Amino acid sequence: MDHLEKLEARSVHILREAYSQFKQLCMLWSIGKDSTVMLWLARKAFFGHVPFPLVHVDTSYKIKEMIEYRDRLALEYNLDMVYGQNKEILEKGFTYPNGKCSRIECCRLLKSEALKNTLSGEWPRYRMNHGTGKYEIDTNREPFTGVIVGVRADEEGSRSKERYFSPRDKNNDWDVGDQPPEFWNQYKTDFAPGTHVRIHPLLDWTEADIWEYIEKEGIPTVSLYYDRGEGIRYRSLGCAPCTSPIESSASNVAEIIEELKSGKLRNIAERSGREQDKEDGGGLEELRKDGYM
Amino acid sequence: MDICKTLEDMNIVVVGHVDHGKSTVVGRMLADTNSLPEGKLEQVKANCRRNSKPFEYAFLLDALKDEQAQGITIDSARCFFSTEKRNYIIIDAPGHIEFLKNMVTGAARAEAALLVIAADEGVMENSNRHGYLLSMLGIRQVAVVINKMDLVDYSREVYEGIVLEYSRFLKKVNITASSYIPVSGMIGDNIAANSTERMPWYTGMTVLEQLDSFISEGLPADMPFRMPVQDVYKFTMNNDNRRIVAGTVETGRLAVGDSVTFYPSGKRSSVKSIESFNVSPPEQIMAGNSAGFTLTDQIFITRGEIAARSDEKPPEVAARLKTNVFWLGREPFSPGKRYFIKIGTAKVECSLERVGRVMNASNLNSEKKESVERHEVAECILNLKKPVSFDLTDELAATSRFVLIDGYEISGGGIITGAMEDELSDVRHQVMIRNTNWIKSSISREDRAYRYKQRPSLIIITGPRQSGKKTLARELEKVLFQNGELVYFIGMGSVVYGVDADIKNRNKKNREEHIRRAAEIINIMLDSGMILILTAIELTSHEIELIRTIANPPDILTIWTGEKVTTDINAELTFGGNDNKMYVERICRNLADRGIIFKGI
Repeated sequence: MDHLEKLEARSVHILREAYSQFKQLCMLWSIGKDSTVMLWLARKAFFGHVPFPLVHVDTSYKIKEMIEYRDRLALEYNLDMVYGQNKEILEKGFTYPNGKCSRIECCRLLKSEALKNTLSGEWPRYRMNHGTGKYEIDTNREPFTGVIVGVRADEEGSRSKERYFSPRDKNNDWDVGDQPPEFWNQYKTDFAPGTHVRIHPLLDWTEADIWEYIEKEGIPTVSLYYDRGEGIRYRSLGCAPCTSPIESSASNVAEIIEELKSGKLRNIAERSGREQDKEDGGGLEELRKDGYM
Repeated sequence: MDICKTLEDMNIVVVGHVDHGKSTVVGRMLADTNSLPEGKLEQVKANCRRNSKPFEYAFLLDALKDEQAQGITIDSARCFFSTEKRNYIIIDAPGHIEFLKNMVTGAARAEAALLVIAADEGVMENSNRHGYLLSMLGIRQVAVVINKMDLVDYSREVYEGIVLEYSRFLKKVNITASSYIPVSGMIGDNIAANSTERMPWYTGMTVLEQLDSFISEGLPADMPFRMPVQDVYKFTMNNDNRRIVAGTVETGRLAVGDSVTFYPSGKRSSVKSIESFNVSPPEQIMAGNSAGFTLTDQIFITRGEIAARSDEKPPEVAARLKTNVFWLGREPFSPGKRYFIKIGTAKVECSLERVGRVMNASNLNSEKKESVERHEVAECILNLKKPVSFDLTDELAATSRFVLIDGYEISGGGIITGAMEDELSDVRHQVMIRNTNWIKSSISREDRAYRYKQRPSLIIITGPRQSGKKTLARELEKVLFQNGELVYFIGMGSVVYGVDADIKNRNKKNREEHIRRAAEIINIMLDSGMILILTAIELTSHEIELIRTIANPPDILTIWTGEKVTTDINAELTFGGNDNKMYVERICRNLADRGIIFKGI
């Protein structure tokens, strides 16, 4: 087995463990390349099916193409697609782009808070009706106890300390200092009521692995990752006001891989276009302790 | 990170007692292989000068960790470097005893280990403990790095003393070190370059040479096939009719047409197809693959079984295990407490029957103890509520490994060294033979459940004579029948005078035979998709276990009738009076809650 085959096999194993051990399981899909690879791995694991809901936290500031792409794939793959949103704050307009709060606070409200309350079922969830292609308020409000997340250890400091199965307490808090042991393909699948477990099938993947796998499998990715003639593309996707494209003329997957491995991106961090990282002391640890992905 | 993909990867863990210089050795390796970002070494040296402290290579690692927070190369637990032969991922395992669970987590991913011992301090408690754990974790390639040789004047005598002492220890834990390398991480002796000037007496490999001479373990494809079943998938969306047995292959290989037997049940079938997504299905699956296949027969198997090839050595099956356990939990591992064992994909309730020797990690001398404390290693006999399938550690290490759950936490790990008999071993053996030779139907259990709108289930009603067992059974049968269920009431008396007509005397041994035969009948009726109601006088928990072992009901509900429970049975429902209408309602609710019957009554 080559490098990518080994990574794929481990991720598939983890996804199957999660599916068998967590009754209330969901997968977070940010529409980005990593969680899209993860969605593809789920189809690998379950032979073309995705037997749990996909959850997207919609800040309303996502780039338009991302939402279009999400709904197109949801219909094509027959996904049980669910999204959640911090409606209250959006209605009040208390956001960074409106100049009403800081970047970090905006992330906390529109992402961490929305995620926490969507997972717990405290706030309404909007679920795609495949008959109409429209979203409707989901009647199921049970909390998710297993949440599959596409973080990678090489992305930034705090993520490198993660386990494949990582417990979160009642307040969504993560105790970095006291994590469960994890060996011999045995993971933490027992948890106290009110707590939940985050599952990280992509922990061992690097950015280059992700792109090489996208190429190998022919996985459709959102067009924003590619230069469309303007000499710019996105390397990492987030909210429009806080994510900037990088200068690059890579217009397809092969060119991106080339750029990553030998070109100018070699020593530049992947999330350099993501402003919240810089304001969180570079580590994202504070945001992540609070439930950020 | 820029790892060129054409080279092979290898995970190496660096372990050893705290302050024996693991970080210095790693820092030196990074520096001497030019694996540091440009200007990093100069920057750290300048920092040291500014703060008037002597430069140490360990600071490099700390500096790299800080840098990693900004998203470039190194993380707190892992760093990367390459030689001409390979890309190495170095896992720097914490030496402090408090972090033993992190050390285990890191080390379990490694193919080989460097174990660092400081020449000036010599072999310490954690040198031994880590050596022992490497052995238990199954890491067979270990090189011992004797560091800080500069502090003992590069003394050959000191080096040889440590080699002698430590090799004796490693021998006890079945490890033969690949080499013992005298180094100075601080000065750089024998890390990347030979130190012929200061240690002319050492002619062996440097640390880097040693790394490159570790063998990249091929996947164990040439051993017997073992695949713990993660699940059996039947996704119906888009008219998908496949029933796929899914799991990750631990060892061996399996091809279409191979006869495959599942353990502990002993059920047998053949591989009809190998399944995949987005690629054409491979002709065979082998060690390391996350795989899936379909079977030619509709046998009922579940998560927790191990798939093996029928023409190869079968795995063991037992409910009592002889093991070596290392304990990581805060509370000691004690008899009389309830735990769960996870082995492969099986998870079974268990208890600690007896502690054999508790190894003192620092000298491997054994002591007699009642329980196993945190960070101790001990021989333990475990008693499982249900049998599991596994291999012995000397034969197939991967399928001999398990973890123990205390409450919600993984609190220990271990390996199985022996399968032990229990009072149901013989019966279990017979059942396996029966299952292996079962004449198969072409209709699956799921098909029947779908048609009958119910799952097969066994309801046992037991209690003293004249406590209303049969009356309750008849009422229950009637209500379920009227509700459209496929249900049958069978009393022990119906078996005793017919099937058991050859048994004349009523004694304890014969009572067991009566129950055994009844259980065989129950097995057939459950296979036909029935909900069965059995009545029998004063069943004990052992007798219930006997029925469970033979009939292997997917669901079992035990009910005691009568004011006082007169056996050691642990019944789910106890009915002391004669309000049968209410009792029937409660039983039906229980069945509906567990999804045995699909509609409420």
